[in-house]
Amino acid sequence: MDFTDTPEEAAFRVKARSFLAENAQPKAGGDRNLATGADKSGMLAASRPWQAKKAAAGFAGITMAKEYGGQGLSPIMEVIYRQEEAEFIAPRGVYEIGLGMCIPTMLAYATEEQKQRYAGPALRGEEIWCQLFSEPAGGSDLAGLRTRADRDGDGDDADWIINGQKIWTSGAQFSDYGILVTRSDFDAPKHKGLTFFFLSMKSPGIEVRPIRQASGPANFNEVYFTDVRIPDSQRLGAIGEGWKVSLTTLMNERFAVGVAPPPDFEEVFDLARETELEDGPALDNAMVRDRLADWYVRKQGLKNSHFRTMTAMSRGETPGPESSINKLVSATKYQEVSFFGMELQEMLGIVTDPDTVALDGLFQSGALSSPGYRIAGGTDEILRNIIAERVLGLPQDVRLDKVGSFRDLPTGDK
Amino acid sequence: MNFEFDDDQRMLRDQARRFLLDKCPADVVRQTLEGEQPFDQDLWRQFAEMGWLGAAIPEEYGGSGMGHLELCVLAEELGRSLAPTPFASSIYLGSEALMVAGTEEQKQSYLPDIATGEAIWCLALSEGARPATATNTTATVSDGKLNGEKVPVADGDIAHKAIVIAKDGSGTGLFIVDLTGTGVERSAVETLDPTRSQAKLSFTNAPAERLGGDGWPLLEDIQDRAAVLLAFEQVGGAQACLEMAKDYAMGRYAFGRPIAGYQAIKHRLADMYVQIELARSNAYFGAWALSTDAAELPVAAATARISAVEAFNYASKENIQVHGGMGFTWEFNCHLYYRRARQTALVLGSLRRWKDRLINALSQRNAA
Repeated sequence: MDFTDTPEEAAFRVKARSFLAENAQPKAGGDRNLATGADKSGMLAASRPWQAKKAAAGFAGITMAKEYGGQGLSPIMEVIYRQEEAEFIAPRGVYEIGLGMCIPTMLAYATEEQKQRYAGPALRGEEIWCQLFSEPAGGSDLAGLRTRADRDGDGDDADWIINGQKIWTSGAQFSDYGILVTRSDFDAPKHKGLTFFFLSMKSPGIEVRPIRQASGPANFNEVYFTDVRIPDSQRLGAIGEGWKVSLTTLMNERFAVGVAPPPDFEEVFDLARETELEDGPALDNAMVRDRLADWYVRKQGLKNSHFRTMTAMSRGETPGPESSINKLVSATKYQEVSFFGMELQEMLGIVTDPDTVALDGLFQSGALSSPGYRIAGGTDEILRNIIAERVLGLPQDVRLDKVGSFRDLPTGDK
Repeated sequence: MNFEFDDDQRMLRDQARRFLLDKCPADVVRQTLEGEQPFDQDLWRQFAEMGWLGAAIPEEYGGSGMGHLELCVLAEELGRSLAPTPFASSIYLGSEALMVAGTEEQKQSYLPDIATGEAIWCLALSEGARPATATNTTATVSDGKLNGEKVPVADGDIAHKAIVIAKDGSGTGLFIVDLTGTGVERSAVETLDPTRSQAKLSFTNAPAERLGGDGWPLLEDIQDRAAVLLAFEQVGGAQACLEMAKDYAMGRYAFGRPIAGYQAIKHRLADMYVQIELARSNAYFGAWALSTDAAELPVAAATARISAVEAFNYASKENIQVHGGMGFTWEFNCHLYYRRARQTALVLGSLRRWKDRLINALSQRNAA
């Protein structure tokens, strides 16, 4: 056992580190709001030039094939780059979905001409992509979606007309393109009647409405489709095989969905060191120590599990659904740590004024944001199902939605 | 990055698993549980023959010189099989203590017998209900004679030698005591897990030989090393519980289908898996720290122990729950793991103490 890189990995790490040192601001000592991602509009403004810089230096699309502008390297190099990048203020947010999920789906199903057209601009940050999957009637049960795709005419290459509504679409308000899964056959069984497309988000008939979250900001959107026309050439995969294409996207989502943001153990440990309780320093309080130890152990468990995953990747193995553990554990920890950070500040803990409370209100904003992390990208419950079914091999629930016409199936609220 | 056991170590794991499946099935464990023997002498002899007892003991002291990573691999399999032997006492504590604190002469004279299994060692620390601390220690050595009482001492009834922590002038020290010699009385203590025997030891002017310098820091180092090794046993035990629960749930039908299809069961098994994976990863980091004598050992050991105690606790109790009424019968093996989980959770000190140690170690590290 050791933690050293292979010579090839070490050389890549050195290259990444020197690129970052020359071009980015370290998180340590940098703007806290940018470092923690609290300043959303600042992040957005900074992300486009940063993505272009990365692409020019060969750090965008690390695993993407060379013929489409990527580097054609193994996934371990992506992990190494991210480890290094994590020390710097390097906003990747708006490109994560496009490069992590949409472009890989395009590369798997689009025509050669389309791949050449779309991969490069996405890599260079010139075009932003979003993923139009979830619907009011289908979140965890994604295949329950009802947005309809009808052909305009009988020809084999007739256009498609889209009507319906998507929800929870991150970045739709500033996206140029989107990947879209629709229902083209309401009489087929649920998973058999879907068809997949990509489209311009500037298409007539698309309306994007931000959803204000319980935590205040609007990071997600509803997207309404009214007679939106898509040429058949923008269909990905065969008619009725949209579910299969969606699974390609979702496989990539599991790599892209990361770990919850701060506050984590370090922040609450520092707070405990600086806090005086009625009987002395909080760090000397037995109950505080007990909680801190639990979070440290869980945090280290994830970190050490990541080392094991990296080892497997370094050997050329593909990480499986085991990585579901990461979000399941870290999102819960995020919420617990946020609550406890507020508790440590006693009655003042309810105050959100960044000038008044510890860490500019990070614990308070974490308390409000954390419920979303337990839901987005797979709820706690869905992640447990994934672990139970795909890792442990336990049977699926009894399913009432595999046979018969989708038209007769209750979804969403009915 | 190579955070995984290598091919040879994995081969050792496969061999150990096959051997223990064959020689240490549940009915063998039950012979010790039912009090037919204090430990399994046959297994013990074979462990010695295969070089397991001396896995981490260098060849110059009669060991097989494989190393600590190999010992971790074996520990996981011992935990999985519930092998009823004094392995933890004699190896994780006894031989580790000698290797950490022994003089050249002590190593030469004691380690070879540990490796052959002829001598069983144990560590005598607890003096009853009070937490074991330097201040609470009342056993005393003066002029090379030990007086006092230790209870409970894991494997104290079957061991030949004990390492005893005792007051020594103003401080504490570790002392080697021959349990078969003069001034020692011992009696077995009944515990929740009869597959691991425990005893009360009373010393009256028992001859005591000094081991190393200042006792308490040495003891903590020895406990750190044992905590990593025991964490592998706990991970092995927890993994066995998950597999038992899964197999039972797949084959048990209720309301017309296997109970493994119900989310109440699936989510429980998923939670077991998550806790075990975290504990396994933390144990790996402990193994790395142990095998490289890393400065991170105190933090790594406490992390591995807390994680492993919690995973084994959870897996062993939820395994019974998944089995329903049958899980609570004497006949089913669930309770063997449940007992062992409780035993391993306490034998090196409670979770509370280890969490305390972890935060101390982290505070010191951050202050440095």
